[in-house]
Amino acid sequence: MSVNKEFVKFDKVDKSYDGKVLVVKDLQLDIAEGEFITMLGPSGSGKTTCLMMLAGFETPTNGEIYLDGNAISSIPPHKRGIGMVFQNYALFPHMTVYENLAFPLRVRKIPKDEADKKIDKALSMVSLQGFAQRMPGQLSGGQQQRVAVARSLVFDPQLVLMDEPLGALDKNLRESMQYEIKHIHESIGVTVVYVTHDQSEALTMSNRIAVFNDGKVQQLSSPDELYEKPVNSFVAEFIGENNTFAGEVTDISGGKCKVKLSNAEILANPISVKGKGERTTVSLRPERALINPSDKMDNIHKGKIEEVIYHGDHTRVRINILGNSEFILKVPNSSSNLDIKLGNEINIGWKSEDARALDPK
Amino acid sequence: MSSETKQILTTDGIPLEVSLKKAEKKNKIKAFLLVAPLLLFIIITYVFPIGDMLMRSVDDKMVTEMLPKTFKSMEKWDGQDLPPEEVFEAFYFDFQKLIEEEREGKLSTQLNYTKNGFKSIIKKLRRKSKSFEEGNYKEQIMSVHRRWADVEYWRAIKRRAPSYTYQKYLKGIDMYENEKGEIINVPEDRRVHRILWMRTLEIAFFVTVFCFLMAYPIAHLLATLPMKYSNLLMICVLLPFWTSLLVRTASWMILLQQQGIVNDFFVMIGLVSDDNRLEMMFNKTGSYVAMTQILLPFMVLPLYSVMKTISPSLMRAGKSLGGTPFVAFWKVYFPLTIPGIGAGCLLVFILAIGYYITPALVGGASGTLISNQIAFHMKSTLDWSFASAMGLMLLSGVLVIYWLYNKLVGIDNIKLG
Repeated sequence: MSVNKEFVKFDKVDKSYDGKVLVVKDLQLDIAEGEFITMLGPSGSGKTTCLMMLAGFETPTNGEIYLDGNAISSIPPHKRGIGMVFQNYALFPHMTVYENLAFPLRVRKIPKDEADKKIDKALSMVSLQGFAQRMPGQLSGGQQQRVAVARSLVFDPQLVLMDEPLGALDKNLRESMQYEIKHIHESIGVTVVYVTHDQSEALTMSNRIAVFNDGKVQQLSSPDELYEKPVNSFVAEFIGENNTFAGEVTDISGGKCKVKLSNAEILANPISVKGKGERTTVSLRPERALINPSDKMDNIHKGKIEEVIYHGDHTRVRINILGNSEFILKVPNSSSNLDIKLGNEINIGWKSEDARALDPK
Repeated sequence: MSSETKQILTTDGIPLEVSLKKAEKKNKIKAFLLVAPLLLFIIITYVFPIGDMLMRSVDDKMVTEMLPKTFKSMEKWDGQDLPPEEVFEAFYFDFQKLIEEEREGKLSTQLNYTKNGFKSIIKKLRRKSKSFEEGNYKEQIMSVHRRWADVEYWRAIKRRAPSYTYQKYLKGIDMYENEKGEIINVPEDRRVHRILWMRTLEIAFFVTVFCFLMAYPIAHLLATLPMKYSNLLMICVLLPFWTSLLVRTASWMILLQQQGIVNDFFVMIGLVSDDNRLEMMFNKTGSYVAMTQILLPFMVLPLYSVMKTISPSLMRAGKSLGGTPFVAFWKVYFPLTIPGIGAGCLLVFILAIGYYITPALVGGASGTLISNQIAFHMKSTLDWSFASAMGLMLLSGVLVIYWLYNKLVGIDNIKLG
C-alpha cells in the first residue's frame, strides 16, 4: 500500500486577520500520511494560525487546504474528524475522565459497549487505567495531558493536531511525555501535526520539522538535516547554537568560497551565495570547531579565551576570534584540555564545509 | 504505638497545639476587630429589627394587660352561655380603670379587629357607665346595648386572653379562627392576600425567566468580545445601575403610558389604531417590563463572571471532537455556566419577590405585590403587627427558596464574581 504523500496539503494559503498584515504568506506544505510533522517557530510566526486553519477554527483568506484529497475550507470543524490536543488540555471540567473520552464517541452515536472498549484502549495507551471515574481537577498536569491525548485519539481520527500540548508541564515531565507521545504515534501510525516553540521538543519527536518565521516556512526537513544543514541564517540561529561571521564573498570555486571579514579571510561552504561581492553570514556550529586542530582543517585561526563555563559533561568556552568576541566552543570533558584557561591564546580550527555561507542577517 | 496518640511537643516542651493557639491568638483578635464594626452594624440594623418584627407579629399583650381582672375571672367560664356576674363585675372595674387612663379607645380598636361592632358599644358603655350603681353589673351592662347581651361578643373578648397569637399569620393567608377555634378560609369574595401572594410569586418567576433569557446572550457577548467593545457594553449594562431607581421607573411611565412613546410608535407604524391604544401601564405588563429592566444587571453580572472563566478552547474542543455547535454549547458550555445561572436567578427572584417601588408606581391595581400590601398596613391602617407577620412570611418564603436551591444545586456552586 502506497503512502499518501499529500494527505494534508496547504495550497497557496494566505491568512490575514485585519486585512493589513499577512500572518501566513503563500503557504505550500504537504504532509504525508502517518507522518509526525512539527511546526516550529517563535511566537507570532503563524504556526498556530496554520493549525487553527487545519482544524477549522480559522478560514484561509486565500488558497485551499486539502485533507486526503478533499478541499476542507467549507467544512465546519465538527465534520472534519480531526483530533486535537489543546494548549491547556481543554478537558471538560464538569465531566469525569470517562465522560470526556465518551464525548466524541457519543456524538458519533457509537454503541455503549463498543465505546467502552475504545475508551479502555485509549486509557491503557496513555497508562491511565483506573482513572476513568476521576474528575479532571483531581488529576495532575501530566495526567490531564494524557487524558487530552487519549481523548483526541479515542475516536480513531486519521489526523491529530497538537497545539503546544506540553507547554504547561515541568521539564522532566515534558521530556517523558515527549517520548510517550512519540511512542503512541509510532504504535498507531496516526498523522500528527504538532506545534511548538521548543526546538528540543521538535528535534526529538518529529519526522520532519517546518520552521516558521514571519508567516513563511523557512525550511522543511528532517531534524538532523535542519540542524546540520540550515538553509538560511534564521534557521541556523533558531535551531541550536551557532557562531556567525559577517563578511563579503571574494571568490567562489570548487564548492568553496572565500569570505572576507573585517580583518581576515576564511573559507566557507557556499549555500545561498551565488557570486562575488555578495554579503553573507557564515554559520558554524560550536561543536564543529576544535581546539589545537590537526592539519586537515582548512581554517585555523588564533583566539583568546574570554570566559570558561563549566557544564559538567562539557565546558563552554567563549573566545575572541577574528573580531567576534561571542564565539562559543563546546569542549567535551576530558583530561587533555589543560590549556583552557582564561586569557590563554589558542588555535581554533574547522573545516570549510561546516562553515555555511548563508544569507546576510 | 498507633493506639496511643503521642502528644507532640515544641522544642521548649510546650504542647504543639497550645503553642499554635498562642501564636495565632493575636491574629485571630486582629481579624475579629476588623470585622467587628460590620458585625455590630448587622446586629443593630438586621438582627434586632427582625427579632422585633417577630415579636410584634405574635404579640397580643395589649388587651391582656388592659383587662387583667376580666380574663382572670373568665378562666372558669366555659363560654357556652353568658358569663356569670363576676366576669361582668371584673370587666366593669377594668373598664373604669381604662377610662381613667383614657385608654378605652385603644381597647375598642383592638376588640374591633377581633369582631366588628365593638367600637360603638364601647363608646356607649363609656357614656352610660358613669351613672352605674354598685352591684348587679351584669344587668346594667347588658342594658346598655343588646350586643352586650350577646354571648358571641364575650367569646370574642375571651379569645384575646392569651398574650401571644398567630391570628395575624392566618389573616396573611386569608384564614381565621372562628368562635369554636376552627381554622377556616375567609369567604371567597374577601380573599385578598392569597391572590397577592400568588401574583408576587408569578411576577417574580416570570421576571426571573425574562431576565435570564435576555441576560444570557448579553453576558456571553460580554465575556467573548474583545476588551474595548466589552467595556463599552459593560457600561451600557451598568448604566441603569447608576441612575436612580425612581428615575428609571418614571421613565418607564413616560414610555409605556397610553399617550406614551411606545404607543405613539405603534400607532405610527399602524400596529394599533389610535383609539385603541395598548394598556401597558398600571397593570402586570408594567410591572414585568420595568422590573425586568431594573433587575437585569443582577442576572448579567454573575453570569458574566462565570462565563469569563470558561476557556474558549473548551468550545473548540467540543467542536473538534465532533460535536455540532449546539451540542458543544449544550453539553460543554451550558453546564459550566450553571453556577452563574443559579446565582443570577436566586438573586433576581429574591429581589423581585420583595419589590416595592416599581410595582407601586407602574403596577396599578393588578400589578401590585405583597410588599405593597405590607407598606399599606404600615402606613395606612397602622396594623404593624399584621405588616410584621406578612414581612416574616415573605422572609421565610425567601429562606425556603434558598433552602430548596441549596438542595437542588448546592449553595457552594453559586458564583457571584
